[in-house]
Amino acid sequence: MTRYVMIADLRRCVGCQTCTAACKEANATPPGVQWRRVLDIEVGEYPNVNRIFVPTGCQHCADPPCMHVCPTTATGQRPDGIVTIDYELCIGCAYCAVACPYEARFKVDTADFAFGDEPSTVERAQFDERKIGVATKCTFCSDRIDAGCAAGKTPGRDPEATPVCVNSCISGALVFGDIEDPDSAVARLLAENKSFRMHEEAGTSPGFYYLWDRGTL
Amino acid sequence: MRQVVNANLQRYWDWRAVGNFSGGGAGTGLVIAAALAWATGAPSMLALVVGLGFVGLGLLFVWFEIGRPWRAINVFFHPRTSWMTREALLGPPLMASGAAALFLDFRFVLLAALFAAGYLYCQARMLHASRGIPAWCQKELPLLIVATGLAEGTGLYLVIAEPSAVMIAAALLAGIFREVVREIYRRGLIRSKAPAGTLAWFSLPAENVLSAGRLAAIIFLALALIGWRTAALGGLLAVLTGWGLKYLLITRAAYLRGPILQHTPVRGQGPSHVIVPS
Repeated sequence: MTRYVMIADLRRCVGCQTCTAACKEANATPPGVQWRRVLDIEVGEYPNVNRIFVPTGCQHCADPPCMHVCPTTATGQRPDGIVTIDYELCIGCAYCAVACPYEARFKVDTADFAFGDEPSTVERAQFDERKIGVATKCTFCSDRIDAGCAAGKTPGRDPEATPVCVNSCISGALVFGDIEDPDSAVARLLAENKSFRMHEEAGTSPGFYYLWDRGTL
Repeated sequence: MRQVVNANLQRYWDWRAVGNFSGGGAGTGLVIAAALAWATGAPSMLALVVGLGFVGLGLLFVWFEIGRPWRAINVFFHPRTSWMTREALLGPPLMASGAAALFLDFRFVLLAALFAAGYLYCQARMLHASRGIPAWCQKELPLLIVATGLAEGTGLYLVIAEPSAVMIAAALLAGIFREVVREIYRRGLIRSKAPAGTLAWFSLPAENVLSAGRLAAIIFLALALIGWRTAALGGLLAVLTGWGLKYLLITRAAYLRGPILQHTPVRGQGPSHVIVPS
């Protein structure tokens, strides 16, 4: 059984936000909506201060609270673990947004564009009215994965079948793939490094792992 | 160790959500109060009508809040796990049994009270299922929502109907129960290390006013029980302070978990840290 997950190697991420920009470009998210974010956290006290960059977004949880609370069944889960939203079913109650421990969901009630009231050429070409007044979030670029798989490509290995944030990452911090495949990059990285997942205490079993040191726990 | 990362206040549910929880809480509480009044021989018809009206008003607030109101019917699609669906499903039988009590046989008020209790419970569980917000998924919260709904309903009864000793006593007990549960809830939040913004709720000036109002409600209701004409005033305060509590709970205390990191990356610059947002 396939289970797609993403890994963020915190030792490698430099906070360049290229993944954020790539996601915005690919998914045409409006201002203020960032399906892929990189948190910039300062930790420590002078003179021992570190900055830590933490890529985040929808964690595609195995037990997603957003799906359980959704009153319409608009939020679903594919057999490969990707959590989806049916924009035609969603009523925009935002219950999923308050149920998500990762602040991964967004809802905009009006069309909003980056450069004033009128959309730019790119925004006009990518504008999707179905996304107004409903919940939206990272899809793990499921359309790319599906199209890539249909063309015989392997998600996580071939760029054509891999989320754009991973493709754009300049430092190799973001890695994507099937955790159930022992030969995949994600399975090997998790076997060779110490990792954690955010808010595991919430019982969500997220599909997003953070590497922080060599070796295994 | 200092760190710069904060938990944010949720911005998705606003005064319209407060309207749903206030209308639904007070309305269902009032339907339950109407059943109690009927069972004890006190006036109950007006209370039932107003109670159902408040529930309907609460649902109207939800309709104003959702992004796609013309698809509202979809809310019924997920009874297997969604407390919002379950709440919505209880609305029609609540209204139908209330109408049956008004137009067929008033004994149906007992059935309406049963559906009202279920509706109130669903509202409580709906907030509790929000795992993104510590103030809401705190285990004591459902009891607080039920307790304040009962305090609001019995209080509202005293405002609109001629108070009987039984109904005054019920309102007094509900008010005291709410106060006890609120304190248990507050201690639970402290124990589970809720975000600082959530805990700050209890020292907000508005919360101090509400606390004084709840205490005054209990005093007025106690005085009413020994013959003073303060039942309506006590009831009104019980209602308003309940709505105020929900307003603060939903719009001011609802901080998200924020990014909690079990480890910071080891990059040759010292040990790993745990990061918890303030």
